[in-house]
Amino acid sequence: MERNSQLHRQVALMRQSLFDQGYLDEQFVQLEELQDDANPNFVEEVVTLYYRDSARLIASIEQALDKSPLDFNKLDSYMHQFKGSSSSIGGRKVKAECAQFREYCRAGNGEGCIRTFQQVKREYATLRKKLETYFQLARQAGPRDSASRST
Amino acid sequence: MSKQVAGAASPSSRSAGSRKAEMGDGTGVGSTPAPMKKKLSVLIVDDNSMIRTIHNILVNRVGVEVESKVAENGKVAVDLFRSGESFDVVLMDWEMPVMNGIEATKELRNMGVDSMIVGVTSHSMDTEKDTFMAAGLDDCYGKPLSIEILKNILQKMKIDD
Repeated sequence: MERNSQLHRQVALMRQSLFDQGYLDEQFVQLEELQDDANPNFVEEVVTLYYRDSARLIASIEQALDKSPLDFNKLDSYMHQFKGSSSSIGGRKVKAECAQFREYCRAGNGEGCIRTFQQVKREYATLRKKLETYFQLARQAGPRDSASRST
Repeated sequence: MSKQVAGAASPSSRSAGSRKAEMGDGTGVGSTPAPMKKKLSVLIVDDNSMIRTIHNILVNRVGVEVESKVAENGKVAVDLFRSGESFDVVLMDWEMPVMNGIEATKELRNMGVDSMIVGVTSHSMDTEKDTFMAAGLDDCYGKPLSIEILKNILQKMKIDD
């Protein structure tokens, strides 16, 4: 029992740190509010959907960046999708990097795109790792009777 | 977080109630008032599958009985109306391939569609939102929508029904 409440404390602290460090924003809270008894794993399911979507988009962007000359419209379109998906789960840092990439697309700056894409991938990988750890711990802790969420 | 554009010029800023009375079934055809509907019908227009999924879940969780449908761009939305379908509320994304939200909204208004069209956009500048509003929106909010905003939109429609 004591170990369980300790785990819940750990989960709460880890969650809070994701907000404090700027990895997540208010949209993640919106997703949490949609989670209920009928959909107990809703947030994790949406985030898993995000991983799938991201893998597809990253591969498409990598292919497009290999082409010469660069098709900035296509790159912008892919990154628009990635930014939208990242925004929908509250991925604040990833979203910011996506926005920067799109600025370079609009300016026709290929070097900027390539450089920023590395940053996008880095932020995405970091967010994914942190969320996977968070959900793993949350599963171990199990459901709470009265989950009080605050950001 | 999500922000409504206040006072933006819109050719369709009439109340939902007057829209219903004027347009009947919301398709722009006929002038008799529609019979009372048990459920609200909502069309979610967004090119991002994740946002479509989330908005779809959101509209079905607001405590109002809803039937929802999704479209991946403005052209699909316009074609749905052309084929005779009608919706009480359209949640319209701005930035989409094939036909964007501004083009789709203008086209729907030109067709005589008088559904409540709510713009959903990641563009944060008021001038950009004003441009979207001017296409014929009833409201415009930041993306992604929150459950509170959707409650306001759908419950307002329910009251006016």
